[in-house]
Amino acid sequence: MPLLQARELSRSFGSTRALIDLTLSIDPGEIVALMGANGAGKSTFVKILSGVLAPDGGRIVFKDQAYAPRTPAEATRAGVVTVHQSTDLVGIPGLSVADALLLNRFVDPRSPFFVSRRSVRAEAESMLHEAGFALPLDRDFADLPAADRQLVAIARALANRAELLILDEPTASLSTGESQRLYATLKGLKQRGIAILYISHRMADLEALADRVVVLRGGRDVASFDRPVDFDAAIETMIGRPLASARPHARRPHDDPVFELVGARLLPSSEPFDLVLHRGEVVAVTGVLGAGKSRLLSAIFGSGRLAAGTMRLAGRPYRPANPRDAIGAGVAMAGEDRHRSSLMPAGWPGESVAATISLPHLARWYPSGLLRNGIERGKAEAAIDRLGIRADGPDASVWTLSGGNQQKVVLARWEVEPGKLLLLDEPFQGVDVGARHDIIGAIRAHADRATLIATSDPEEAIEVADRVVVLDHHSLRSDLFDKPAS
Amino acid sequence: MTTADPGLPEAFAAATRRGATAREVLRAGAVFILLAAMLVGFTVAQPAFIGINNLMSILQAVSVVAILGTGVTVTLAVGGFDLSIGAVAASSVMAASYFMVVWGLDAYATVPLVLLFGAAIGALNALLIVRLKVPDLLATLSVMFLLTGLQLIPTAGRSISRGLILPDGSTASGQYDPLFLLIGRSSLFGVVPLPVVVMATVAIVLFVLTERTRIGRLLYATGGNELATRLAGGATQRLKTLAYVLSGTLASLGGIVVAARVGRGDVSSGASLLMDSVAAALIGFAVFGLRRPNVLGTVVGAVFVGVLLNGLTMLNAPYYTQDFVKGAVLVGALALTYGIGRSRS
Repeated sequence: MPLLQARELSRSFGSTRALIDLTLSIDPGEIVALMGANGAGKSTFVKILSGVLAPDGGRIVFKDQAYAPRTPAEATRAGVVTVHQSTDLVGIPGLSVADALLLNRFVDPRSPFFVSRRSVRAEAESMLHEAGFALPLDRDFADLPAADRQLVAIARALANRAELLILDEPTASLSTGESQRLYATLKGLKQRGIAILYISHRMADLEALADRVVVLRGGRDVASFDRPVDFDAAIETMIGRPLASARPHARRPHDDPVFELVGARLLPSSEPFDLVLHRGEVVAVTGVLGAGKSRLLSAIFGSGRLAAGTMRLAGRPYRPANPRDAIGAGVAMAGEDRHRSSLMPAGWPGESVAATISLPHLARWYPSGLLRNGIERGKAEAAIDRLGIRADGPDASVWTLSGGNQQKVVLARWEVEPGKLLLLDEPFQGVDVGARHDIIGAIRAHADRATLIATSDPEEAIEVADRVVVLDHHSLRSDLFDKPAS
Repeated sequence: MTTADPGLPEAFAAATRRGATAREVLRAGAVFILLAAMLVGFTVAQPAFIGINNLMSILQAVSVVAILGTGVTVTLAVGGFDLSIGAVAASSVMAASYFMVVWGLDAYATVPLVLLFGAAIGALNALLIVRLKVPDLLATLSVMFLLTGLQLIPTAGRSISRGLILPDGSTASGQYDPLFLLIGRSSLFGVVPLPVVVMATVAIVLFVLTERTRIGRLLYATGGNELATRLAGGATQRLKTLAYVLSGTLASLGGIVVAARVGRGDVSSGASLLMDSVAAALIGFAVFGLRRPNVLGTVVGAVFVGVLLNGLTMLNAPYYTQDFVKGAVLVGALALTYGIGRSRS
């Protein structure tokens, strides 16, 4: 007798069909893992289950009753609780962990108006007792590590008598040890008959926990694998083609190393690894959110630090103290989330296409200090032609451009001057298919530098790169489709 | 008004180039339309208003506020805020008086020393904000208190003028250098008061610096998106430090002008300078419809308030309505800039 049965669920956004006739059931005490590339429909499904979205078609039966929550609160009352990826939203910095545990109790108008520190503590203790794990109740929530924040969210879910727990990439920001603790907790819950829907790309998670893996592709449930799971088959199903043909048009041999990383540790506790990038080579580093991709790129760019290890650029030792040093040495980075990392706000000086491109090159282009418009406009016009940027001209605000064209402008910023190494963090975020094609072409057109691309989407990685490496728990595994080491 | 000219036609040209609607032109020029209307209105009501002497006295009256306002503008451009400028100006008045009356220095030594004092306070602000990561409002507010108290200590709370009796019982022997007093009391060609010339020079130099140089681009970039600027290789900490040092130096320049006009070190001088110059900088957001801190806007904002207050005074409006009028102008200007912009989008 399944706890939850979803039958032929569909949901469209405009002309995009995010979910097509999805059918899935979960038994009490079962851990079901959901796999799928970006846009496969995982998050749409989770949003429907947690009452954020309503399905266009199909129905859900939960505990033998029709289940159609209209709000997250309704879903929670029914016993379906979602623990989201960003756990900073669980509590409030400055308040204690006990307060965080009881946060939704405070919101409840039926709860007592006056609260004392003692009553809060007592109630929080009984919650943790019920959940079966310990947390430092008097600690400031802000000081709590990500793993413990997750436990706060889970304890709150259990206090709400959750019967189905939905976990979205729960180990994304956890260390190996913390992940192990989470596995133990989840197995304990499973023993008590609580069902878990688990969303993760991380092989180690799936291997440790999943009773069953369900693969989504293009909004459909395309396959289901029982334990022991054949992960090669699961990944082939996920990307929709055999692994062998997934290797790209290789442009090797690249034999001129531009950048070398030796004995690098991203965290003091993580495994050391080496990485060599060659001239003209495009390497993609993939891995789940929090696997250390951004940490690796920012260490190379000087905005972060390696815990250990040495770097060499063009044969010389390379130790950037900040992005300025890195740029001076010929290393450039287009950061993740271009709005935050690359663009000026709308209506502010420097929002034009030309100014966006020229920002890092002002000192070189305008040695006198006075801005004579000619240089940056000329360079921007050339970039608009070269990359096919759809804009009214170099003076147009970048905010009038589509996401893909904004990304081209950001790319233009860094390829307009020669360099040795280009780092791109999630360059395809919010980029439509056409622009994505242009961007891949532009990235691959450069034979004079090495390019390192971080992306959490393995398909994207295969599409753009000569070579794909995987970061897992802040350490590098040389090839994408090796079986998990454990 | 001469100082506003370089940017004015350009802003209108930019507005028309973008195929601007009447509404946008209205937003860009609203402050100027109101200014023209006031000039006409006050002249009709009181013909003496438009006399060159009165106009110059208006500019002279707003010069200190405009100079301080440009400093605030620069700190606003880097995404900060300098609340200490009023106190820096006031303690610069005291410092200038102390240097001349007690130490017996002349103008050539006093002016650089006072400017150095302002720059040092700016560097202190920058140290607190950039190095120690104290939030800008808190840092500059506490420095404001520090200076307000500090300026009283050397003279035990007395105003500084000739024959001042020092805390140790001795009598100060120096006096204000007549050359120093010329800064506040002389006029160029007998028409344009020197403080107005100083204001115009500051306005032009800072306009060019902020709008026409790469330093300016980077200053605004720091305020617009600090992370993006750092990732593009900009030295954001140095840029912020520069902004606060500029702001402190300009505030002490304002203090020099005040001291040269008053001719004594008054403990209560500069009481309303902070609020007036912040108001000028904020009204500046509305000028040209830019919705961002900008140097010319700040100067125009200061002049706008000055014209309004002068005109009302000539029409015998009581002095105690002044702050109310300033507040009304500020509320109106900001509502105009942001309100009209909103309804468009």
